[in-house]
Amino acid sequence: MVFIQQLINGLQVGSIYAVIALGYTMVYGIIKLINFAHGEIMMMGAYFAFILALVGAPVWAIFLISMTLTALLGMAVERIAYKPLRNSPRISALITAIAMSYLLQNIALLIFGADPKVMPSIIPNKPINIGGLQVSNITIITFLVSVLFMILLTLFINKTKAGKAMRAVSEDTDAAMLMGINVDRTISITFAIGSALGALGGILYAVAYTQVLPTLGVLPGLKAFVAAVLGGIGIVPGAMLGGFILGFIETLAKAYISSRWSDAIAFSILIVVLSVKPTGILGKNTREKV
Amino acid sequence: MAGKNKKSNVINLIAIILVFVLLNILTTSGIVSRYFAGILVTCFINIVMASSLNLTVGYLGQLALGHAGFMAVGAYASALFSIAINEMGMPATIQLVLSLIVAGIITAIIGYLIGLPALRLKGDYLAIITLGFGEIIRVAINNFKFTGGAQGLTGIPKIVNSNNSYWVTIVVLVVLYTLTRSRHGRAMKSIMEDEIASEAVGIDTIKFKALGFTISAFFAGVGGGLYAQYTAFLDPSTFGFMKSVEILTIVILGGMGSLTGTVVASFILTLLPELLRDFAEYRMLLYSAVLIIMMIFRPQGILGTKEFSLTGALRIPAAIREKKRAQNDAEGGDL
Repeated sequence: MVFIQQLINGLQVGSIYAVIALGYTMVYGIIKLINFAHGEIMMMGAYFAFILALVGAPVWAIFLISMTLTALLGMAVERIAYKPLRNSPRISALITAIAMSYLLQNIALLIFGADPKVMPSIIPNKPINIGGLQVSNITIITFLVSVLFMILLTLFINKTKAGKAMRAVSEDTDAAMLMGINVDRTISITFAIGSALGALGGILYAVAYTQVLPTLGVLPGLKAFVAAVLGGIGIVPGAMLGGFILGFIETLAKAYISSRWSDAIAFSILIVVLSVKPTGILGKNTREKV
Repeated sequence: MAGKNKKSNVINLIAIILVFVLLNILTTSGIVSRYFAGILVTCFINIVMASSLNLTVGYLGQLALGHAGFMAVGAYASALFSIAINEMGMPATIQLVLSLIVAGIITAIIGYLIGLPALRLKGDYLAIITLGFGEIIRVAINNFKFTGGAQGLTGIPKIVNSNNSYWVTIVVLVVLYTLTRSRHGRAMKSIMEDEIASEAVGIDTIKFKALGFTISAFFAGVGGGLYAQYTAFLDPSTFGFMKSVEILTIVILGGMGSLTGTVVASFILTLLPELLRDFAEYRMLLYSAVLIIMMIFRPQGILGTKEFSLTGALRIPAAIREKKRAQNDAEGGDL
């Protein structure tokens, strides 16, 4: 019984990781950049939701407005910091991403202060009894909302023209450009969607842990990144799979091994996976060409 | 060529000793306060940390994000060793040197084990693995009994001062400088320029990457050892991801592949926050903004891959005179 309870907890944590990991994987897939600022984008999304909740906006508006604002923020970050570096060495872009993450974190620190703020309960917590198991409605809502957005994203990538452009650019940017695809706009759309999903993860995270603070995005950001690598970075279904696997591993490690070591266990898994199968669970081995 | 090298070595040695004498006069006569002498030690520690990271970032072309983790390993290793041998009552210098060597070796072994799986792969994997490692180390130190856990480690002999840290820094810089100009250093540079091409001319890329990364970890351990025996107290939260980014900022600002640039940047980025104490909360904001602006407008850093050389600087007046004379000659020729 305890085990099933833990699995359900893992499902909640895992779906949050999966949603955030999607942002990492989409950006990596399209411009081969590990967007270290993604955790901070997620944190900003949580703060937007916090402000809207204080103002007293309805739940749907909180989600919609903060996701839109975060999408705009993500596009701005790309335009200001990453676009000028698109043709420079990978290491420069990577360093810029790290710097951007600290810039956003410190801006949040200056605006909102370092102390954690209590997130208003936008979704009232009501435990539901399912066959003797106490399941919080927040767990169920988190899972359903994440799955809904994952389905929407999959449909968008596979069925729409913009999604097709996205796949083309990630496969071969130059060829896509020659085919008349607006690469700049496609990259912007990718950042917008990735950031909106990050905001969704941020809101769900803030609701689950009932607080917001400037360093909110650091650990879930790093872990979502681990999830993206675990599933195979650049592969959209891989991010979802990796997120859920990491969520399960973490909650089970917390319950059965040690709660203080659970972070170290998550990162050890990353190192083991990279040593054994560097391309991740769903990744294909690619041959290096000269 | 050999004669020229010898001459520049002598000039550099004289300069090093002169700076040391100056440092001694300033600190013993009380012209600079103890507080400022402490900042100087912080500068030296930052130089050791940043120049060791520069070997990985600037000469191997690999991004490592766990340098604070190596610093932590070195700090705790040297601190525990120094506490253990403190009873023996040996001279402070020998105790310091021994503990730094122990710290370096332990960190180098861990660096080798961490680096090997990552360096076999191409791409950003070293960044990812070192990042994960840095986090693991922090959690581990927080939870182990023998490291003092989250309360920190106390009772470390405080044997580092501005004099001995100066000499340690000089030794580290000289070793790194000679290494990067040796056959091995050139092999590492060629890997950075083009990995496939250097493999094609017969360089064992994995071996040299592992060698460079291990040496980098060794000196990071030494830097951590200096830090531990200077502050005499270790707090695991010091060695977070933030610290790695701070060290990386120094390397980027100074120029990837320039040791003298690293020295200059270490002084700038250590002294500036001290001068701007009133704006302490803006420090990380400043660091991150500096990084982004540098990456966009001057990705090569202050000095790029060039080195500032004393003999070169001494030759500048002569070179200017030479140039003027040549110019005059050319103008005279035209008339």
